[in-house]
Amino acid sequence: MSPADSNARPLRILVCIKQVPKAQELQVDPVTQTLKRVGVPSEINPPDANALEIALTLKDRHAAEVVVLSMGPTSFDESLERAVAMGADRAVLLTDRILGGSDTVPTAYALSETIQKIGGYDLILTGEETTDASTGHVGPGIAGHLDLPQITYVSEVRIVDGTVRARRTAEDGTEWWQTAMPSLCTVNFGCNKPRSPTLTGKIRVKRGGVIAHWSCADVGIDPKKVGLLNSPTIVAKVDTIRLPPRAGHIFSGEPKETVRALLEALIRDRVIAP
Amino acid sequence: MERFDAIVVGAGPAGSAAALTLARKGFSTLLVERGRSPGVKGMFGGRIYSWALHDLLPDWAKDCPVERYVVHENMAFLAEDTALTISFDSPKLGEGRSASFTALRAKFDSWLAKKAQEAGAVLVTGIRVDGLWQEDGRIRGVLVAPNDRVAADVVVIAEGATSVLTRSAGLKADLEPREVSVGVKETIELPAEAIQERFGLGDKEGAAFVFAGQASLGLRGGGFLYTNQSTISLGLVVSSEDLAREKVEIQEVQTRFRMHPAVQRWIRGGKVTEYSAHLVPELGAGMMPRLWGDGVLVAGDAAGFLINNGYTFRGVDLAIASGIAAGEAVEAARAAGGPRAANLQVYEKFLRSRNVLPDLERFRRAPLYMKNERLFDVYPRMLLEIAERLYTVDGSGKERLADIVLREAGAAEVPKWKLLLDLLQGARSM
Amino acid sequence: MTDGHGLEDKSHFRGVWVFLEGRAGHLRDVSTQLIGEGRRLADLRGTPLTGILPGKGVDALAEQAIGYGLDRVIVVDDPILEIYRSRPYAQVMAQLIRRHKPEIVLFGASKNGRDLGGRLHAILETGLAADCVKFDIDAEGNLDMIRPSFGGKSLAHILCKKHRPQMASVRRNVFVAPPHNPERRGEIVREVVELSPQDADATLLEFEEFTKEGGLRPEEADIVVSGGYGLADPKNFALLQELADRLGGAIAASRKAVDSGWVPKTLQVGQTGMTVRPKLYIAVGISGAVQHLAGMQEAEKILVINIDPKAPLFEIADYGIVGDLFEIVPELVRQLDALKGGDASDRRAVPAEAR
Ligand SMILES: Cc1cc2nc3c(=O)[nH]c(=O)nc-3n(C[C@H](O)[C@H](O)[C@H](O)COP(=O)(O)OP(=O)(O)OC[C@H]3O[C@@H](n4cnc5c(N)ncnc54)[C@H](O)[C@@H]3O)c2cc1C
Ligand SMILES: Cc1cc2nc3c(=O)[nH]c(=O)nc-3n(C[C@H](O)[C@H](O)[C@H](O)COP(=O)(O)OP(=O)(O)OC[C@H]3O[C@@H](n4cnc5c(N)ncnc54)[C@H](O)[C@@H]3O)c2cc1C
Ligand SMILES: Nc1ncnc2c1ncn2[C@@H]1O[C@H](COP(=O)(O)O)[C@@H](O)[C@H]1O
Repeated sequence: MSPADSNARPLRILVCIKQVPKAQELQVDPVTQTLKRVGVPSEINPPDANALEIALTLKDRHAAEVVVLSMGPTSFDESLERAVAMGADRAVLLTDRILGGSDTVPTAYALSETIQKIGGYDLILTGEETTDASTGHVGPGIAGHLDLPQITYVSEVRIVDGTVRARRTAEDGTEWWQTAMPSLCTVNFGCNKPRSPTLTGKIRVKRGGVIAHWSCADVGIDPKKVGLLNSPTIVAKVDTIRLPPRAGHIFSGEPKETVRALLEALIRDRVIAP
Repeated sequence: MERFDAIVVGAGPAGSAAALTLARKGFSTLLVERGRSPGVKGMFGGRIYSWALHDLLPDWAKDCPVERYVVHENMAFLAEDTALTISFDSPKLGEGRSASFTALRAKFDSWLAKKAQEAGAVLVTGIRVDGLWQEDGRIRGVLVAPNDRVAADVVVIAEGATSVLTRSAGLKADLEPREVSVGVKETIELPAEAIQERFGLGDKEGAAFVFAGQASLGLRGGGFLYTNQSTISLGLVVSSEDLAREKVEIQEVQTRFRMHPAVQRWIRGGKVTEYSAHLVPELGAGMMPRLWGDGVLVAGDAAGFLINNGYTFRGVDLAIASGIAAGEAVEAARAAGGPRAANLQVYEKFLRSRNVLPDLERFRRAPLYMKNERLFDVYPRMLLEIAERLYTVDGSGKERLADIVLREAGAAEVPKWKLLLDLLQGARSM
Repeated sequence: MTDGHGLEDKSHFRGVWVFLEGRAGHLRDVSTQLIGEGRRLADLRGTPLTGILPGKGVDALAEQAIGYGLDRVIVVDDPILEIYRSRPYAQVMAQLIRRHKPEIVLFGASKNGRDLGGRLHAILETGLAADCVKFDIDAEGNLDMIRPSFGGKSLAHILCKKHRPQMASVRRNVFVAPPHNPERRGEIVREVVELSPQDADATLLEFEEFTKEGGLRPEEADIVVSGGYGLADPKNFALLQELADRLGGAIAASRKAVDSGWVPKTLQVGQTGMTVRPKLYIAVGISGAVQHLAGMQEAEKILVINIDPKAPLFEIADYGIVGDLFEIVPELVRQLDALKGGDASDRRAVPAEAR
């Protein structure tokens, strides 16, 4: 399946993106202890935008086809449209009520099935983790399901002689890995600057037909393997952390004065030795 | 590459009217707006004369986001703390082709752009067109970035007063300070009932005010006040040249204007929720840019289609009418073989039949008339002093009105012949 | 590739496992911390604690691991396992888990630990909680896996009631490593797992080690001076170094400063970096995104220097200066020097016992 052997079709890169509430604007409802999502503006999960940028850079270089893919409610169209406006060729949204409440096991399963339905892929990119669930398990989970090589936490991806080369940030250093295609990489947040939507891209969105909505039945997903009831984990409860209140001595004004006042306070409170 | 028959830059009133007209005539049309949605980048509020809208959308009144129909017209002359107001009330003002209404631009522009979309135009927001794509002296489309271009046979520039593209296309020279005024506007929140009670208005009725004299601190220009449903639009348009010469900031003029007792009585208790500033071209018919070129037309404020004679302020109606005319010109040019400059020349004909050029010419002296500082400083003060004398009864006996006028003119050091000339000139340009 | 393993009878699953990672002949600190917490859970469940150590020639490491409190180490020795690779390591773990049916499996929430856990949980179709900071056993004997959610504003209790094993990754530096006891005895079991050369489906072409800054590490320092994107330029970290030197502290950074290439990755504080708990954390030009807070909000005192009074970090500050760091930091250095008459080399945090 190496694209080097077949000039018949262009490389196909799939990017998994999730729409998340903008992190800065998130608040936990003190009464219900749940996330207040209503009215919070959404964005493409930031590392997923970095993954998309890598895909689009590869598209520029290798004339690849970029397909974005997401699982969620139809409100996710907003992010998929943005991805197409940025330069992706098309998008697939797996959307079905029975998927509600899925944890990472069904999510990875359902996305894997969707990926197989799209077919013909050479490279799959996901973000390192989401800002709302922040597990980082879905990417490796997809690789596990599809039995693909995986390279996690990458900041750069090259396609060389029909292989994938990726720069991974590990604990102790930077690693360059090579795998055959198809393979899966999870992409680091902040490793590039995602491009802005283009006029051409926005027109393509307006002309329509760039986003396909698929149900579980369309894909052939087993309803007994998805959704809240078929997820191994449950969130039993959520405790609000009550961090000890902090003193909050904030000084503002002329630098000499504020620094003097600060040092006085630090010494008085015995935070630093006089 | 994406291509359209026509691209319209700017989804203000001119752009949306042009796109709507083009789409109706069967042109595949792209309407590009840099704001997140139409109207967010524009000035809010103000009054729209509806005649052009009648021509574009005969049943506009069905769903147009009208705030209030203006049935009370007021003209106020301000001195330090006194005011002389002339009012004209007529329910007929709010009816038929001559009706005018107040509107909020974010709502109005979005509504009009939606009409263009319904007619088949493709609206794209959040994208700023960076330039015209020109080859061999002809317009081929628009450019956003080196690799982001969209092709079209003809481009209608409806970018508003900043006119960056118009200038870069060589259709217009850079603006001189004397050719622009600065407009500012505040939105002041008040409950609908309070507005109706204060101004003596019915449910959908509105009031409009123009202010002269101390409103602009005697600089050339004037103030305005419009009632919306539950807000008041309060603002000023002042000559840039005068502001620069007197070294005052427009914000300061606006603050003093807002504090004037004759303004305060209308807005007291209200909360200022928005503030915006914008350029106003004061070109007059004599200084208009070239309105067409090979594959390009200019409409609305970008073309300087604005009438500001100190008492009426018209831009949106002319923008809409010129947008319609642009669409008609493109159609006529197609019939004549394509949008070459020679074929687009019919634009002028349509600007005439749509009453844009005739009105502009009729008022073309207005900008010159506006140059007369006495009109903004000396005469309003005179009027007020006269009024003060007329209405101050202290038992010392009354003078005849004519005596008062002549004495005040003398005090203001205006020769009698000049007074007469100004009056004549003023009457003519109105 | 998956098996519906989880739906078997739960009672067949017994024992607590910890996945061990070594480096240069030593266990990683996250692994020794895991052993400590694993020991506690194994004792609560009345089961043995087993360490899993895939690798090549890792016997000495296995011995070492027992000294931290393991009852048993399962060693899988294979040339393919010499370096960490996702597929063969996941194969090893999957086969061992199917063979022995442990009740609980813990990983370090390191890059490799998450890489492995994520793949494995999909293969085994069982629950995996990420980045846990606390564990309990609930009334039914389930593992209560507690992890920060919404960037540390709250803690979520995750249960995996019907599937086994219950798996979790554990955040570094939240549990304390037990002391090493070289006398401790345990069992070392060698197991063979079917692996083929094709399982080595990724090739490591190059490795460039991060240079660890000489001197004090942020995790160990009483005072940490941390810089963010507001520093605008790598050379400005010299300013922070000067301040840190005056205070006997260490420097650290936000991810944006690290991603900009201004300082090494090893200095990153936050959710995907390190957790620090100094006596004083000085945040300079850092806005305070939730992911950053996750790594420093447990500092004893927090001092914030930021030009923007609305920076979220001020909300959790003990002390703050609203101002331009390029004025404030040099002024701080000057006044500290003046206080000590030029010799300010040891203005450290006040030792705890002196307070
Ligand atoms: C203070 C003030 C008060 C006014 N009051 C009144 C009044 O009461 N009644 C009245 O009739 N008129 C009034 N006017 C004038 C009126 O606002 C204008 O005449 C009218 O808006 C002109 O319409 P337009 O479509 O030509 O331009 P605009 O309304 O300025 O629209 C231009 C649009 O183009 C967009 N644009 C610009 N450049 C680009 C680009 N490169 N790419 C993409 N999009 C671009 C802009 O974002 C904008 O939406 C007032 C003006 C001011 C400043
Ligand atoms: C999956 C994921 C994982 C992440 N993990 C981490 C992590 O582990 N650690 C981490 O830190 N972040 C992490 N982030 C990133 C995080 O969301 C923020 O983007 C990052 O923390 C912002 O860094 P900053 O505060 O340095 O930069 P900014 O948010 O850009 O803030 C810069 C600050 O400097 C101030 N400033 C500017 N100039 C001056 C001046 N002259 N004087 C004083 N102040 C000035 C500004 O007011 C501003 O508040 C992660 C994000 C994602 C999506
Ligand atoms: N619902 C989803 N749809 C598409 N991709 C997803 C979804 N959930 C997670 N992902 C991908 O998996 C990555 C890791 O997510 P998580 O495991 O939730 O932290 C994300 O960065 C996405 O690329």
